[in-house]
Amino acid sequence: MIITTSKPFEEVLKELEGAKSVFLIGCSSCAATCETGGEPQVAEMKAKLEAEGKTVTGAGVYEEVCHELNTKRKFRENKEAVDAADGFLVMCCGAGCQSVREATEKPVHPACNTMFLGNIARLGNFNEKCSLCGDCVLEEFGAICPVTRCHKGILNGPCGGTDDGKCETDREKDCAWTLIYNQLEKEGRLDLYEKIHTVKNWQVSMKPGRVVFQKEGE
Amino acid sequence: MKSGSNLEKVLQAGRFAVTAEIGPPKGGSGRVVESTGEAIRQAADAFNVTDNQTAVVRMCSLAACALLARMGMDPVMQMLCRDANRIRLQSDMCGAVALGIRNILCLSGDHIKFGNHPTAKGVFDIDSMQLIQTVKMMRDERKFLCGEEVAGDIPLFIGAVENPYADPFEWRVHRLAKKVKAGADFIQTQAVYDVPKFARWMEEVCEAGLDRETHVLAGIIPVKSVGMARYMRDYVSGVEIPAEVVSRLEHAKDVKEEGIKLIIEIIEQVKEIPGVHGIHVQAVGWEEIVPEVMERAGLLPRPVI
Repeated sequence: MIITTSKPFEEVLKELEGAKSVFLIGCSSCAATCETGGEPQVAEMKAKLEAEGKTVTGAGVYEEVCHELNTKRKFRENKEAVDAADGFLVMCCGAGCQSVREATEKPVHPACNTMFLGNIARLGNFNEKCSLCGDCVLEEFGAICPVTRCHKGILNGPCGGTDDGKCETDREKDCAWTLIYNQLEKEGRLDLYEKIHTVKNWQVSMKPGRVVFQKEGE
Repeated sequence: MKSGSNLEKVLQAGRFAVTAEIGPPKGGSGRVVESTGEAIRQAADAFNVTDNQTAVVRMCSLAACALLARMGMDPVMQMLCRDANRIRLQSDMCGAVALGIRNILCLSGDHIKFGNHPTAKGVFDIDSMQLIQTVKMMRDERKFLCGEEVAGDIPLFIGAVENPYADPFEWRVHRLAKKVKAGADFIQTQAVYDVPKFARWMEEVCEAGLDRETHVLAGIIPVKSVGMARYMRDYVSGVEIPAEVVSRLEHAKDVKEEGIKLIIEIIEQVKEIPGVHGIHVQAVGWEEIVPEVMERAGLLPRPVI
């Protein structure tokens, strides 16, 4: 799940300064769960923009806005409303926003900040547990990621800043290394804790990421 | 000899070593570093220069260490993983050797959140354990991390830190063992105020045989005021100041004098703990007190080897 938060409405208004009319796009996948770009949020945004004197030519909550072909198809289906808009306000993640970018040459505006790949603890409560490093090390750490869940991302922790199992940077956050140690102990695999983990290969997570599957016979 | 540094010589000779910390200025004045160095040069065997400690920008450790080396002092260059990747770290080590620096202390670094540029991006390309490994590899195998050959020697005496008080207490010795295995020649610890707890940790260190493989220098931070003691108790994670220490200072007529007495008592107790090979004095912003403390603790003159 891609976790997003809504930008302040004043910031959105500033983005739309040059646009008289706008087309709104929400996403029924992640942004709906984050309550930043589902049906209710898009309807609320429409009302607020209209109250500010903007013309909303149309609005759609698509399934996976990041799916570029799908987003382009939706635009073709809504040609009239899309063509009438000066610009597009995208109420989902940065990937969705750039998917819209591929579907139009007009200005595209983000309504959200994209935070992280998150786990859902419960509705409205999300935590980052994987940071997409491209070289998964979970096997070595009791399936608890030090790269993501330790604030220094160290592979040989804990640092001196662990405090009653919490992180010195934030009492609300668990020290990943305390979790890792306890888990390895439960599994009888403390030998993994004693091992010195060597430097990580960051090349695999060089930006921009690209994966192309080769089909058989190609 | 791994590096030929004065610190290594003193420790090799089995003498009780003293290192002292110098905080570099928040600017480009070499005179500030030199005058602090001049004031305490007789009081210790080697001198740590912090590397943007608590994530506050200061003169780089490399330059300040080079100034001290030029004065004939033995600097310990502190190096953090927070602000540089493996390319910069290895490159700085080569530069340090060229400028006469012979000791390095490998740390991960305080989080950026606590400093004066909290919106900066932390690097943490490698961690302190891997930094220790890197220096050892460059020194002993003459190879960079990538496997390519280092031209010439990298004679660096490798230091690391450990916090005997960070919890969980039970596995701090395991982590120390890893640092020693990675290549730490000496260890400077977090400040010791709770001597019995430190002694228990040292007992485990010795049981694991680590006192024979590395040199543990106990961290000593002179307390200047009641406020400082309270601040360290409440806000510096990893520092444990027993309540009786704070109340002793609170009730003192002359807090500075009481603080010095307290520190001398700690030094005397720490000296008697088996396996402790020296002390590391961090008189943050109060460096000029170091000669008096060392004199009164009976640790002067420093050995000439």
